[in-house]
Amino acid sequence: MPNLWQRRKVVNVAMLSLTAVFTVATIGILLFILGYLFWNGARSLNWNFFTKLPVPVGETGGGMANAIVGSAKVLALATLIGVPIGFLGGVYLSEFGGKSFSSVVRYMTDLLNGVPSIVIGIFAYALIVLRMKHFSAFAGGFALGIMMIPIALRSTEEFLHSVPVALREGAMALGASKSQAILTVVIPAAVRGIVSGIMLDLARVAGETAPLLFTALSNQFWSPGWNHPVATLPVFIFTYAISPYPDWHQQAWAAGFVLLTLVLVVNVIARLFLSKGFSHAPR
Amino acid sequence: MNFTGTSQSSLLRPDAACSARDGDARPQQTPQVKLQAVDLNFYYGAFQALRDVSLTVHANRVTSFIGPSGCGKSTFLRTLNRMYETVPRTRAEGQVLLDGENIFEMEVAWLRRRVGMVFQRSNPFPKSIFDNVAYGLRINGTKRKSVVSEAVEESLQRAALWTEVKDKLHASAYDLSGGQQQRLCIARALAVNPEILLLDEPCSALDPIATAKIEELLFDLKKQCTIAIVTHNMQQAARVADYTGFFLLGQLVEFDETPVIFQRPSRKETEDYVTGRFG
Repeated sequence: MPNLWQRRKVVNVAMLSLTAVFTVATIGILLFILGYLFWNGARSLNWNFFTKLPVPVGETGGGMANAIVGSAKVLALATLIGVPIGFLGGVYLSEFGGKSFSSVVRYMTDLLNGVPSIVIGIFAYALIVLRMKHFSAFAGGFALGIMMIPIALRSTEEFLHSVPVALREGAMALGASKSQAILTVVIPAAVRGIVSGIMLDLARVAGETAPLLFTALSNQFWSPGWNHPVATLPVFIFTYAISPYPDWHQQAWAAGFVLLTLVLVVNVIARLFLSKGFSHAPR
Repeated sequence: MNFTGTSQSSLLRPDAACSARDGDARPQQTPQVKLQAVDLNFYYGAFQALRDVSLTVHANRVTSFIGPSGCGKSTFLRTLNRMYETVPRTRAEGQVLLDGENIFEMEVAWLRRRVGMVFQRSNPFPKSIFDNVAYGLRINGTKRKSVVSEAVEESLQRAALWTEVKDKLHASAYDLSGGQQQRLCIARALAVNPEILLLDEPCSALDPIATAKIEELLFDLKKQCTIAIVTHNMQQAARVADYTGFFLLGQLVEFDETPVIFQRPSRKETEDYVTGRFG
C-alpha cells in the first residue's frame, strides 16, 4: 500500500512542523519580551535610578529609590505573613492531617490560589485600609502575604510528602517521637525544596500590581515605617507607563527591566538551589 | 486449622529449649528468655495478619523467621518494637514480654531504644556518616561531644565499617555503597545500645559479598545483644540462625532450633517449604 504509506509520511511531517512552529513561538514570545524590555529598559537605566527620588515632570535625573525600598519592604512583610502560615499549614497537611480533611484543605487552598489578585486587594482594602482610614505599606504586605499562602503551603506539603517513609521509620525506630522525626529528619531532608518553592512564590507576587493599587497606593517620597502609603515598582510602572510624558515612559521601562531582572535572578537561584539539593537527597 | 502444634511447646519453657548439641560457636549453658510473644494477634483494619503467635526469643542468640511473602513474618517483627503503630488502623492483641514486661504498656520511645531495627532497604538519613550514627544518641539527650564521638566510633567498629569510613566521617551517607549503607544503618541502631536488634530482610537488596559481611557481623553482634532476623533466603537462615520459626498464612507453623527445622521438621508444611516444594 504505497499510497497509504505516502499519506502517513506527509501527515507525520505536517504535524511535526506544526508542533515545532508553536514551540518556537512560545519561546519566541518570551525572548521578544526579554529583548524588548532589555533594549528599552537598559538604555533608560542609570545610577540615579537606584539612588534618587522621583522628580516632577520636566526635571531630569530622578530615580525610583523609594519604590525599590518600598517593594522590598512590602515583600518582606508579605513573606513574614504568608510563609509561616503556609509552611506550618503544609507541615500539618503532610504529616498530621487526616485523609479527608487534608483533601478538603488542599482543594480550598487551590481555590484561594485561583482568587483573582484584585479580589484579594479589595479584601485587604475593606479589612485594613477602610478601618485605618488610610493606605499603608502594612495593607500592601498583608494583601501580598495572603497571595503567598497557597503556594507556600502546597510546595511545603509536596516536598515533605516526597521524603520517603523509610526515613521517618528510621528515625522513629531509634526512639524519636513523631515531632522529633519531622523536625530532625523530614524537614531537613526537604528544606531545599521548600526554600526554593518559597523563593518562586516570592518572585511570583513581586510583580503583582492590582492588589497594591488600593492597599499600598504609592508615594513620591520616602515612606517611614509601615503606616504610610508606600511606592512599589509595579505600581510605579503602571503610573508612569500610562502618563503622557516620554521621560516617565523611559523610567517605566527601566523599572520594568529592574523588576524582571530581580524575578529572573530569584528564579534561577531557586532552581540552582533545588538541583544542588537533589545530589544530597534520598535516592 | 491450628498449626501451633507440639514442636514449639517445649520452646515456651526455656529450660528445655537448648538441649545438648555440639555447636562449637554456641555457648553450652541454657540461654535466657529475652522476649516472649504470647497469643499475639494482629489486624490491618479487618484483615487478620497474625493468628495466636506464641514463641520465645532467647538472649544472645539469632532467631530467624522464614516463610513465603505475605505470611506475616515481617508483621510479626514490626510488632516487637511497635513499629506498626505508624500505619493507621492497625491493632495488636495479646502480649509481648520483654524481660517479663509487656511492651504494649511501655513508653514507645523507651521500647524502641531497647529494641532497635534495621530495615529491608538501607535508609540512612541525608546527613553525614557521623551524624547518622550520632542521631539516636542526640535525640535521646546525649549532647556531650566526647561521649557522642566515642559512641560513634565504637558503633562503627561493631558494625565493621570503621576502617572504611574513618577518614570521611563528615561525608554524606549517600556516598557509601549499598552494603556500606546497610552496615551504617546497623551502626546507627547499635549506637543506642539496644538489647535486641530486629533485622527485616537486611540483605535482600545486597550482593553476595555485602551479604556475607553482614552475616559475619551477626555472629559477633550476638555476643552483646539478641538478634531477630526476617529473611527470604533459607540458606541465610540456616547459616546465621540458632532458632528458626516458619510462618504461613499468619500462623507460626513451627518453631525450633534451626537444624531441626531444616533437617527433620515435624510439620509437613515446613518440610514442603524448606525443601523448596512451594514458596
